[in-house]
Amino acid sequence: MYKKGIYKILENYPLTATVWRMVLAGDTQWITASGQFVNIALDGHYLRRPISVCDYDAETLTLVYKVVGEGTAQMSRMTAGMELDLLTGLGNGFSMAIDSQSPLLVGGGVGVPPLYNLARKLLAEGKCVRVVLGFNTASEIFYAEEFRALGCEVYVATADGSVGVKGFVTTAIAECKIDFDYFYACGPIPMLKALCDNVLQDGQLSFEERMGCGFGGCMGCSCKTKYGNKRICKEGPVLLKEEIIW
Amino acid sequence: MVDTSVVLSGLRLDNPVIPASGTFGFGNEFREFYDINILGSFSFKGTTKEPRFGNPTPRIAECSSGMINAVGLQNPGIDAVISEELPRLKTFFHKPVIANISGFSIEEYAYCCERIDKEEQVGLIEVNVSCPNVRHGGMSFGTSPEAAAEVTRAVKSVTTKPIYIKLSPNVTDIVAIAKACEEAGADGLCLINTMLGMRIDIARRKAVIANTMGGFSGPAIFPVAVRMVYQVAKACQVPVIGCGGVQSARDVIEMMMAGATAVEVGAANLVNPYASKEIVEALPQEMERLGIERLQDIIGIVK
Repeated sequence: MYKKGIYKILENYPLTATVWRMVLAGDTQWITASGQFVNIALDGHYLRRPISVCDYDAETLTLVYKVVGEGTAQMSRMTAGMELDLLTGLGNGFSMAIDSQSPLLVGGGVGVPPLYNLARKLLAEGKCVRVVLGFNTASEIFYAEEFRALGCEVYVATADGSVGVKGFVTTAIAECKIDFDYFYACGPIPMLKALCDNVLQDGQLSFEERMGCGFGGCMGCSCKTKYGNKRICKEGPVLLKEEIIW
Repeated sequence: MVDTSVVLSGLRLDNPVIPASGTFGFGNEFREFYDINILGSFSFKGTTKEPRFGNPTPRIAECSSGMINAVGLQNPGIDAVISEELPRLKTFFHKPVIANISGFSIEEYAYCCERIDKEEQVGLIEVNVSCPNVRHGGMSFGTSPEAAAEVTRAVKSVTTKPIYIKLSPNVTDIVAIAKACEEAGADGLCLINTMLGMRIDIARRKAVIANTMGGFSGPAIFPVAVRMVYQVAKACQVPVIGCGGVQSARDVIEMMMAGATAVEVGAANLVNPYASKEIVEALPQEMERLGIERLQDIIGIVK
């Protein structure tokens, strides 16, 4: 179930040169799982912008988004007190109904945010949560400290080696011999594929696609899976490792 | 109390508002937002004989005041529509639905129309000869008067329900095609489908859409739709369903003044899932403001 509503901006500030954090106040009852997304209407832009939910509580939701085009640039110029029209509770999100004691969360770049709320929930269930975050370089790193503050064991990989393990998330998983029995991942497709190719464990992966509506109406974001055609916005964005056709 | 009802070839609608095919699925997604029985009807997702996945992604590109889609008629196929979608629809939509049928050959159009014609939930059949996103079919039947007439004759010969041909704007003379369909026995016409468009990602030097081109829809095409509805309604006797860029009750009234008997709402549903509901609700007030008692009275009132 999902709903359209008006949300008030409480905070909106940069975490890095291109990644921003926005906290919104409003009705969050339609958000039921980590990894769901909201679809944001912006003045002067015809289609909404789908942005994953980084965190939420009873009254607020946090979005961490990357400025990649005119729409997200416009979002970054908005200030506290301004309002946004959102569709919330979109997508199926991550399933926590998994028999896992030591899950690994794997995030690459702007794929990191939806894992934050998931980490919080997994920790609340008493799981040992390890997190691997991959970035290009030191200046692009965000949220590593936030995951540590939650109580996660955090590993960072940078492509240029400026912080942590030099290489990709898969390099860090191998070099640090990270122990896990299940994974949750979100990031660029090459990262997701490399992860599935390199680890034996099962997991869930969150995907991106250009969307029309964000709620299953237009079939704009369909993909083929081993379990039939799925819409990234509706049956996704989270798919099981076992069903993905690369 | 104003009267918003309209009649399409004997099919009475409480109001003229019809979500357009391809923007409303089979109603399932929108019923999560509101009770869709408020609508005049809706036109379900373009259905073909075989199930179709459609085109590769990306299928969507944003434009100023509109969007391009190249979904490519993704649908579960006529068998699943009849065995699964219609029975499910029956549980939450209690009005006659508009069946949108597409095909890749004359025989396929006839086959699907004959099958869907037997379904009591179907109020009328909209034959899509104007999909710009598939090769060997779709729009190719809607860009020549002869081919459009041939499809019309073929489906008319195997059906009992009103047949409306959905026309493409991507033609030199839409009136010639409309008249050819009317002469071939079409009970009505629906126009316009999307306009062929294209966007380029200038950083990547590539088309935004995997299929390169797609159908442009949204408020940007509204004036073109009004113009074509006006031209066709003036030239033909059969009812016209106006479609293209409608996003308000005022747009519905404008489209009807141009000659439309009913009006489809397309891309607006994707941007605001409540768009069609809000239009239905705003219509009586807008009529009162404009001094319109019976909506039917304004059809084609512009000379």
